[in-house]
Amino acid sequence: MGKQVLVIEDEPNIVEAISFILARDGWSVGTHANGETATEAVLANVPDVLILDVMLPGRSGFDILQELRGDPATRTLPVLMLTARGQKKDRELADRLGVSRFMTKPFSNAEVLEAVRDLAGPTAS
Amino acid sequence: MVGFNVLVVVCVLYVAILFGVAFAADKRARDGRSQWLRGPWVYTLSLSIYCTAWTFYGAVGYAARSGLEFVTIYLGPTLVMVGWWWILRKLVHIGRAQRITSVADLVSSRYGKSNLLGVIVTLLAVVGTTPYIALQLQSVTLSFAVFASEGQAGFELPDLNATALWVAGGLALFTILFGTRNLDANERHNGVVTAIAVEAVVKLVALLAVGIFVVWGVAGGPSEIAATIDASPIADWQMNGSRWASLTFLSAAAFLTLPRMFQVLVVENVDERQVATASWAFPLYLFLMSLFVLPIAVVGLDILPEGSNPDLFVLTVPLHFEQEGLAMLSFLGGFSSATSMVIVAAIALSTMVSNHIVMPIWLSVRHQGASMSGDVRHLVLISRRLSIGGVLLLGYLYFRFSGGGAALAAIGLISFAGVAQVLPALLSGIFWRGASRNGAAVGLVAGFAVWAYTLFLPSFGPAGVISPQVLADGPWGMGWLRPQALFGVEGMDPVVHAIFWSMVINTGLFFLFSLVSFPSPLERLQGAQFVNVFEHSGAARGWAQGGVQAEDLLVMAQRIMGGSEAQALFEAEAAAQGKDGYLPDTSPDFIERLERELAGSVGGATAHAMLGQIVGGTSVSVEDLMAVADETQQMLEYSSKLELQSEELTRTARQLGEANEKLTQLSIQKDAFLSQISHELRTPMTSIRAFSEILMEGGMAPADSRKYSNIIHDEAIRLTRLLDDLLDLSVLENGQVNLNPQADNLADVLDRAVAATTSVGAGTAIRIKRDPVREDVALFTDTDRLAQVFINLIANAAKYCDADRPKLLIAVSKRADRLRIDFIDNGSGIPTESQVMIFEKFSRLSDQAKAGGAGLGLAICREIMDKLGGKVTYLPGQGGAAFRVTLPLAPLVAGS
Repeated sequence: MGKQVLVIEDEPNIVEAISFILARDGWSVGTHANGETATEAVLANVPDVLILDVMLPGRSGFDILQELRGDPATRTLPVLMLTARGQKKDRELADRLGVSRFMTKPFSNAEVLEAVRDLAGPTAS
Repeated sequence: MVGFNVLVVVCVLYVAILFGVAFAADKRARDGRSQWLRGPWVYTLSLSIYCTAWTFYGAVGYAARSGLEFVTIYLGPTLVMVGWWWILRKLVHIGRAQRITSVADLVSSRYGKSNLLGVIVTLLAVVGTTPYIALQLQSVTLSFAVFASEGQAGFELPDLNATALWVAGGLALFTILFGTRNLDANERHNGVVTAIAVEAVVKLVALLAVGIFVVWGVAGGPSEIAATIDASPIADWQMNGSRWASLTFLSAAAFLTLPRMFQVLVVENVDERQVATASWAFPLYLFLMSLFVLPIAVVGLDILPEGSNPDLFVLTVPLHFEQEGLAMLSFLGGFSSATSMVIVAAIALSTMVSNHIVMPIWLSVRHQGASMSGDVRHLVLISRRLSIGGVLLLGYLYFRFSGGGAALAAIGLISFAGVAQVLPALLSGIFWRGASRNGAAVGLVAGFAVWAYTLFLPSFGPAGVISPQVLADGPWGMGWLRPQALFGVEGMDPVVHAIFWSMVINTGLFFLFSLVSFPSPLERLQGAQFVNVFEHSGAARGWAQGGVQAEDLLVMAQRIMGGSEAQALFEAEAAAQGKDGYLPDTSPDFIERLERELAGSVGGATAHAMLGQIVGGTSVSVEDLMAVADETQQMLEYSSKLELQSEELTRTARQLGEANEKLTQLSIQKDAFLSQISHELRTPMTSIRAFSEILMEGGMAPADSRKYSNIIHDEAIRLTRLLDDLLDLSVLENGQVNLNPQADNLADVLDRAVAATTSVGAGTAIRIKRDPVREDVALFTDTDRLAQVFINLIANAAKYCDADRPKLLIAVSKRADRLRIDFIDNGSGIPTESQVMIFEKFSRLSDQAKAGGAGLGLAICREIMDKLGGKVTYLPGQGGAAFRVTLPLAPLVAGS
C-alpha cells in the first residue's frame, strides 16, 4: 500500500491534476477543499505528506499550518505549501510558521512529485 | 322662487368648485409651486374657521336676544391676536420645533410624552367638539328648511334628518379625500387650507352683502339704521359685567385650545412670519364680520313677524324682500362657515384619535415591537379615515338625539367651555417649568368633570341626564352639589357659574399637584425645551448613545414615513456626518431628529414609544439634566458657542480620520490588488500547465485526454474573461471610455438584460417581477453599458439569492430629475459591515467556486454608472439584497 498524501486545495481542477500525478506515482491521495475543517481532517487521519494551499475558503493556509505545528501529532508532519500569490513576505511567513517546502503556482508536475517524494523519504524508511 | 332642487344644485356646484380648488392647491404644493400658499393671506383667511355657522347665523340671533353681548365672541380672539400674539408665536415656534400634530400632542409631548394626557385631551376634544359639529349640521339643515318653507310651488318639506345625513356624508368624503391623502411630514393639508380660505372669502362677502342691503337697501342709510337700533329692544340691553368678562375670557381661551383652531394656527402654519400679519389682519376680518350684525338683527326684529327664529335673520330678511340672489349668497356663506369648521375639526380630531388612541393600542397589542412587518402608514391612514367617519357620525347622532332645538349660541358656549379646560395645562406648559404631568392630568380631569356636571349634562334639558329635581335640590338632596349653584353660590348665570368653578378647580388642582409631585427626567427635559424654546432648540437630548443599528431604524422609518422620505432623511443625515450611503451613525442627535420626524406622522408619544422599543428605553443622563438646570442666558449662549466649535472640531477630526484611513486603505489596496491579480492569473495557469504536461507525456485513454483538454480550454477562457474584465475596469477607471449614447426605452434595456441572463446562466431559476407601466421611460444614454450593469445585478441576484423560491423585484421610480431602478431580491441580504466592501475589486462574500467570477462585476458596475452620471448603491433595509441604480433623467450630453 502506497504512502498517504492529503491535498488541501479548493480549486477542483488543480486538485484533479495533483491527484492524477501522485496517484500515477503510486501514492494514495486524499483531498479536502474547506479551510475551516481542514485541521480536523488532517488530525483524523494524519497523512505522510500534506499539500496545503494558502488561499482557502473559510481559513487561510497559514492559520492551518500554525495550528498543526502546535499539535504534537503533526509537529513534524512534512508540509508542502502551494500559493498563487508568491510574494516574498508570504514565503517568509510560511518559513516562520515551520513549513517544510514552499512552492509557487504554476508548478511543474515533476517538481511537485520530486518534492513530495523528498519530503516523505527520510521519515518513511 | 328658489326651489329646493335649485338649492341642491347650487350646493353641489359650490362643493365641486371647492374640490377643484383643493385639488389644484394640493397639486401645486406637490409640484413645489406653493409660493402664494405659504404667504400670510391664506393663513389669515384659514383662521376664519373660528367663524362657524354659529357666528354667521348665530351672531345675529345672539344680538337679537342679548344685545351687544355677541361682541365678546369676537373680542376674545382679537385680544389674543393683538395683545398676546407672542403667546401664539411661541406656540407656533414650539409646534414647528417639536413637530406637533395636535393640541393633544402638544400637551402630551410637553409633559414627558405622556400618552395618558394625550388620551385625556383627545377625549375632551371629542366630547367638546361633537355638539359643535351637530350645531353646524343643524344650521345647514335649518337654512335648507328656510328655503323649503318659503317655496310656494308646493314641494314637500324635505326631511331634515335626511338632509343632515347627506351633509355629514358629503363632508366626511371631502375630509377623507383631502385630509388623509398622505401622512405629510408636518400634517399640513394645502388643499384643505386653500379651500377654507376660499370659503372664508365667500362668507365674508355674503355677510357684508346682506349687511349693505339692510343698511342702504332697507333702512335707507347709516343714520336711519342708527335710529332703528335706538328704537329697538336691543337698545334697552343692560351690560352684565361678569358675563361680559367671562365670555370674553372664554372665547379667548377657546381660540387657543379648540382643536380646529390649533390645527390652522399651529399645525398648518408654514412660516412664523405669517403670525405677524395675521395679528392685525385677522382682527380686521372679525371686525368686518361683526360690522352688520346689529343692523341685520334690528331690521329682522322690526320687519319679520313675531316669533321668527332670529338665528336665521341673515337668510329670512333677504327672502322677505324677495332678494333671492342675495339669499342664495347668504345661504352659501352659512354653508361655507359650517363646512369649513366641520372639515378642519374632523381632521384635527381624527389625527388626535389615531395618534393617541388607535396607535398606542395597536403598539401594545403587537408586542414584538416597532420593527414589525406591515405597513404602518396604511394603518394610520385607515385609522384616520375611520376616525373622520366616526367623528361626523357622532355629530350626526348628537344632532338627531338632542333634537336640534336649542339656540345656536348656547351650544357654542358649552363647547367653548369644554375645550377651554385645556388652557391651564397648555399655557403653564409653555411658560412654567414646574408644571407637571400629574398636575395637568388631575386639573384636566377635574375641570372636565365640573364642566360636564354644571353645563354639558344640564344642556340636554329636563328630559336628559340631569333631572329638574337634581337641578333644584342637588343629587340625593345635597344642596351644595346643585349643578348650577355649586357650594351654595347662587344667583350666578349658569354659563358664568360653570366657567368660574371649572376653571378655578382645574387651575387650583393643577398648581397644587404640580407643586407637590416630582416630574420625571423626560418631563423636565421636555419642559425646558418648551419653556425655553427660543433659547435652545434641540440642544438637550433624550436618548443615550446606544448600539442601535441604523438599518433597524431605517426599516421602521420606511414603514411610517414611506420609502423615499425615510431614505432621503437617512441619506441626508449620513451625508451630514460625512458618510456615503443610507446608514448614518445612530448618534443621540440623529435619533432625536428621527423621533421628531416620526412625531410629525404619528404624534410625539407614539413616536417615542416606537423608538423606545427599538433603541431599548431612554436614559436621560445627568449631563442632560444639568444642561436643563443651566438657567442663565449667558451660560446657554456660551455653551451653544462651545457646542458649535466642538461640532466643527468633531467634523474636521472625522474628515481627517477618514482621509487618513483612505490613504492607508489605498496603499493596502494596491498591494492587495497586485497580489489578487497574481492569484487570479496563476490559478487557471496552474491547471493549464499541469494538464498540458500530463498530455505531453502521452499514453492516455482518449476519454481522459479529451477531459483534460477540456479543462485546459475552460481555464484558458477563464483567463481571457479575467483579462477582459481587468481591461474594462482599467479603461473605465482611467476615463478613456467612449460612450455611445443613444435614445432607447428603459423597458427595452431591461428586456435585453433579462434575456441575456436567462439564456447564459444555467442556474437562473430566479423569478423576476417587473412593472411595465413604470418602466416606460425614454432614455438617452449608453444603453449597452447600462444593460451591462443590469445584467450584472440580475446575475448576482440569481447567483446569490438564497431564498427557497428566489424572486427579484425590479422597481422603477422617479424622484426630482433622477430615475431610480431598484433590484430587490428576497434572500438574506448583505450584512451591514460588508455593504460598502462589495463594490471593491475582487471582493467576494462567498467562496469562489460558487461565484465563478473574479469579483470584479460590481466594481465595473460602479465605474459604468459613474461614467453615465449616475450611481449604483446598496439599499439597506429592504428585506433581501437590494441595489439601487440612479440615473439622471436629463439626457447625457452627447460626446462627453
